[in-house]
Amino acid sequence: MSATAVKVEPQRTSPDQYTTVKARYPGRWVSAVVILGVGGLALQSVFTNPRFGWETVGKYIRDVSIVNGIGITLMLTAVCMVIGVVLGVVLAVMRLSLNPVVRTAAFGYVNFFRGTPVLVQLLFWYNLAALYPTISFGIPGVNLDANQIITPMFAAILGLGLNQGAYMSEIVRAGILSVDHGQAEAAGALGINRFHTMRRIILPQAMKVIIPPTGNETIGMLKTTALVSVISVPELLYSSQIIYARTFETVPLLIVASLWYIVVTSVLSVGQYYLERRYAKGGQRSLPMTPWQKLALFFNTHAPLNTDRLARKGGTR
Amino acid sequence: MTETMTSPSGTGPAAAAGTRIMVKADSVHKSYGQLDVLKGIDLEIAAGEVVCLIGPSGSGKSTLLRCINHLEGINGGRMWVDGKVVGYDIKGTKLHEQKHNDVCRNRTDIGMVFQHFNLFPHMTVLENLVEAPRLVLRQKKSQVTARALRLLERVGLADKAGSYPRQLSGGQQQRVAIARALCMEPKLMLFDEPTSALDPELVGEVLKVMKDLAQSGMTMVVVTHEMNFARDVADRVVFMADGNIVEQGPAAQLITNPQNERTRSFLASVL
Ligand SMILES: Nc1ncnc2c1ncn2[C@@H]1O[C@H](COP(=O)(O)OP(=O)(O)OP(=O)(O)O)[C@@H](O)[C@H]1O
Ligand SMILES: [Mg+2]
Repeated sequence: MSATAVKVEPQRTSPDQYTTVKARYPGRWVSAVVILGVGGLALQSVFTNPRFGWETVGKYIRDVSIVNGIGITLMLTAVCMVIGVVLGVVLAVMRLSLNPVVRTAAFGYVNFFRGTPVLVQLLFWYNLAALYPTISFGIPGVNLDANQIITPMFAAILGLGLNQGAYMSEIVRAGILSVDHGQAEAAGALGINRFHTMRRIILPQAMKVIIPPTGNETIGMLKTTALVSVISVPELLYSSQIIYARTFETVPLLIVASLWYIVVTSVLSVGQYYLERRYAKGGQRSLPMTPWQKLALFFNTHAPLNTDRLARKGGTR
Repeated sequence: MTETMTSPSGTGPAAAAGTRIMVKADSVHKSYGQLDVLKGIDLEIAAGEVVCLIGPSGSGKSTLLRCINHLEGINGGRMWVDGKVVGYDIKGTKLHEQKHNDVCRNRTDIGMVFQHFNLFPHMTVLENLVEAPRLVLRQKKSQVTARALRLLERVGLADKAGSYPRQLSGGQQQRVAIARALCMEPKLMLFDEPTSALDPELVGEVLKVMKDLAQSGMTMVVVTHEMNFARDVADRVVFMADGNIVEQGPAAQLITNPQNERTRSFLASVL
């Protein structure tokens, strides 16, 4: 062994004689293998354990009462979110009012509904007849039986909608406050009154801040509707419960309900993405690409034969 | 007393010549809490006149401008625009404070251009121009659109009608803001440091639009640090310090030959 052996580097005269070697990240491979391994084991146990009852799941996944339950869940979500958004805008504007009584009333509302569990509120509305057996709305001659009016469905809409209004008002208020004060000032200088300034100038800009959390709230609401099963509104969860109360196939039916909840929330997430994109208008110099556009761009630029397609379509990037 | 409120008795040079008075401030006071910002401003601006307001930071230039269109209420004295008391209705011997919506209606005669443009970012350039005339003056869409396009042409932005404000340079945005104010067909234009937020190479294009506007006979009140613009375009320069008007006079005279010591030291610092 010649300890004095000297490695002779080949002589380099110009930089383009070097070949580049890409950086390697073995950690990425290791973590990917570990995750795939663990995930595979979990899936295997789920699908080979007969107690999951996948056959039963398949049998009930499109059952009429389950599908009807989804319908009621969706309807409840939509109606309660509409009530929540409208109420939220009204409460947010009230919170920003110059009148201290109006401001305090809105604050009191928000504080009350955020301060009590929505489950308690639902039970409370459901039992309203115990407090007011007849409802007259203060109009003489009107005497309605509370038990007839406050059906489980009505109690559910009232409970979830009024509660949602309190949460939405905070979101809307944050949105309104996020709009630069110069906007209201410019509108005022042009002679646009307060109402129109709010509706045409402030709220549309506040949307960019309001939409993303409202999407989250909608998905949250979809799942919260499961609570109304306690006042026997036949939505998705309650419909599953009715079936397993009869057949004792509890776990498979809970899986049926869960699968549907996941499907619907996934669809809602896609809707949320496009809504956010729409309200980003004017916020950025150009709209970000949708996943489809990104995919199309990928295939356009990576397909060997028609790389000039993109150029012909006038696409950039 | 009531007499002077309804028709500002002309005492300034412009009134003597028999011209219409567009703005008249009579001992205008304004304070924020303990802080006196305007300490008795007397000012008269004739129709068609171009007045530049100059002065050190915090001297109350913006505040005075904002009192003219009642974005700020005043605490004392009286302000008239085109013969009408700003922010109040006269009933008998009493001045009744106007409701917000009435204040808004009276502002339609007064255009304002801000330092930071304050264009509506969710609307295209054309929509920015058309919004207020449609909403406030309730004019027909075709009529307003035609006027808006003419104005965009006039400020050199005819090709940007469909763009959003964020897609424009600062100078272009400010020109849109000027066109937006003009689309209300105002009698009076207020400018609060319209070029202060711009890169130096963009200042010229905005000043050119303002100069054209001045030459078309518009009454203008301009808060500015552009002394060249003041010298070339303004009929009169008003120097403010500490909430008072210290000195005023024809532009060339005041800038080249100031009489007051404070004016001299201010001009020395900016020229
Ligand atoms: N809304 C407000 N509340 C309290 N103080 C204010 C308010 N607006 C202005 N001020 C004060 O009033 C004074 C005059 O302000 P103003 O904006 O009129 O000055 P300016 O001459 O326009 O100054 P600049 O050249 O910096 O714009 C300043 O001291 C400022 O701090
Ligand atoms: Mg200022």
